[in-house]
Amino acid sequence: MSAISDETEPSFRLSMLVNDTRYRSLTFQFIALILLIVFMAYLGMNLVQNLATAGLNISYGFLSEPAGYDINQRLIEYDSQSTHRAAAYVGILNTLLVAFLGCLTATVLGVVAGVLRLSGNWLVAKLMAVYVEAFRNVPVLIWILIINTIVITLPAPRAYRGETPDAEMLFGMIAYTNRGIYFPAPVWGSGSLIVVGVFLASIVGIFAYRRYAKNLLYSSGKLLPTFWPSVALFFVPTILAYFVMGRPVTLDYPALQGFNFQGGLQVQRPLIALWLALSVYTGAFIAENVRAGIQAVNKGQSEAAGALGLRPGRIMNLVVLPQALRVIIPPLISQYLNITKNSSLAIAVGYADITATLGGITLNQTGRAIESVLLLMLFYLVISLSISMVMNFYNNSVTLKER
Amino acid sequence: MKTTVFYGTLAAAGLAAGLASAATLDDVKANGTLKCGVTTGLVGFAAPDANGNWEGFDVAVCRAVAAAVLGDPQAVEFVPTTGKTRFTALASGEVDLLARNTTWTFSRDVDLKFTFIGVNYYDGQGFMVRKDLGVSSAKELDGATVCIQTGTTTELNLADYFRANGISYEPVPIETNAEAQQQYLAGACDVYTTDASGLAATRATFEDADAHTLLPEIISKEPLGPLVRHGDNQWGDIVRWTLNALISAEELGVTSTNINEMSGGTNNPEINRLLGTEGELGAMLGLDTDWAKNAILAGGNYGEIFADNIGESTPIGLARGLNAQWTQGGLLYSPPFR
Repeated sequence: MSAISDETEPSFRLSMLVNDTRYRSLTFQFIALILLIVFMAYLGMNLVQNLATAGLNISYGFLSEPAGYDINQRLIEYDSQSTHRAAAYVGILNTLLVAFLGCLTATVLGVVAGVLRLSGNWLVAKLMAVYVEAFRNVPVLIWILIINTIVITLPAPRAYRGETPDAEMLFGMIAYTNRGIYFPAPVWGSGSLIVVGVFLASIVGIFAYRRYAKNLLYSSGKLLPTFWPSVALFFVPTILAYFVMGRPVTLDYPALQGFNFQGGLQVQRPLIALWLALSVYTGAFIAENVRAGIQAVNKGQSEAAGALGLRPGRIMNLVVLPQALRVIIPPLISQYLNITKNSSLAIAVGYADITATLGGITLNQTGRAIESVLLLMLFYLVISLSISMVMNFYNNSVTLKER
Repeated sequence: MKTTVFYGTLAAAGLAAGLASAATLDDVKANGTLKCGVTTGLVGFAAPDANGNWEGFDVAVCRAVAAAVLGDPQAVEFVPTTGKTRFTALASGEVDLLARNTTWTFSRDVDLKFTFIGVNYYDGQGFMVRKDLGVSSAKELDGATVCIQTGTTTELNLADYFRANGISYEPVPIETNAEAQQQYLAGACDVYTTDASGLAATRATFEDADAHTLLPEIISKEPLGPLVRHGDNQWGDIVRWTLNALISAEELGVTSTNINEMSGGTNNPEINRLLGTEGELGAMLGLDTDWAKNAILAGGNYGEIFADNIGESTPIGLARGLNAQWTQGGLLYSPPFR
């Protein structure tokens, strides 16, 4: 602003807005902006006008009315008498859950596949190439349907019934059916808080130990073993506390009752199908990002590290990956956004995400299409921008710091 | 000044749009085709055949209206709509008439500003289960996993029914009938619920149809009918009386085979009024005198349309049941043509 006002002082003529190259672009951008605003205003007024002609209005009152339908996966309290707003919240949480799980597994899969695709082992490299090409080049909806079809071929709950059932529970505690997988759920008895506390403390302990070992290495060059002590710290104190407290944590096993398994922790088929499909599909893209990132690191870096006597694993972890992250993170952001947005395909397998609840059933039952779709757009916009923001913060923290 | 002109233009455009939407009949005549919203494909009700010609029970209503208004049952442009898009398509004027087995409900009629012009199929929601589950009543379905077609009135009925009976269930929402069929057959759900006519049609396509049974409970009333926008009563009347003409024709024994003979004049004044040889009923609607004759010629009377598309001789194999004439113990009852 100040730069412009400086220059307008002496002899600013209106014609300079077009003729002077300093202002011309601004002038045209301003005109374009006005045109855009007029166009959007026209669309908006057209909508309002036509709604008024049809005797309709824009109203969000329906959000406070009872939804009247049930949802299979609920992370919060919800029944058919809850409001449409509550149904939307259930959908939002389901979307966030599958997006979070998907991002997590896709990243792990992608990094592993990307690194292995550069492996010197011919077979491993080719296998990973096949994975990447097969999953990247088939639409994600097809993968969702394929994986859903695979999950559906698992035994139905009735296969577990009878004297000589067709299917048996894994280790006697995990039931895998075509409606979902049932795990034993922990039941927290009295005193279990202490066990959890010890567990959390041992996690902190692991980090503290590793930090101590690192500092010791940097200051004195003495290398302490970290892997086995970490493992020991992870298990031993918690198990000791568990027995000392008289085994307060018990497991609730799933059991077949009526039509379905009851009890335990249930991961439903729609979630499994959607989660796996999104992970393997996006994982293939992330693998390519990772490969690009690694190959962007100058070969001299790993050769130099090798010359210093580092082993291949350490070269990758200490030298190559930290530098590769700078190249990997920006495209990774858009892959995370893709997972979140692709999760709206959930209804294909009956997963109750926000598009299925607010943008599907609620929209249909209330007929409030414009209102619901506007809300949906707003939700996805907010979520995508939030993911973008968080990842950009992370990106800034790993970019090259110029000194 | 300029803004005044701008608003003036906008207002004029809005007014013109208002006027245009008020006279659907003129629009249809000007276009020479009737834009009719149907399903994306439900065999028996509306689906394209091997040659791409739409046929079915709902399609027949569209063709009858086109024949009544334009004199040509083929002058229909079919617009496939999903459960989600159907109401927007009608409200926005994308279609002139929606014949898409849509349940007539209070809120759709009043709140969404549509006019249901009658009922062309009386349906109700039922349950289908495998026989080997040993279930004989819907009240024994506590804890069952239920496949539902989402975006329909069925999921509300289902929630209400289970709640009223104090039993629980796991819903599996599914978009289309085809997917529901696949999941149900794979055992991913114990029960499939939708309109009883749909269940019968679906069960008929199973390889082991005998291993499945429909439970006796019908848990809802689903009067399915064509609908138009609020605000154009003339158009609403045309569609309503076209449907009534089809129903009356069956009651009066007018069929597509004897209609030419009957339109020469009969001893029954009501038939004469219906077919336009007596009275001015067509002119009152703003149509030709032989509007009803054309409508009946398009696909036959109600009974013929039913028998050709979803009747007992078709793979769908539905009995007339509630959809018989009132004289036969059903609910079809057209007001008189006079």
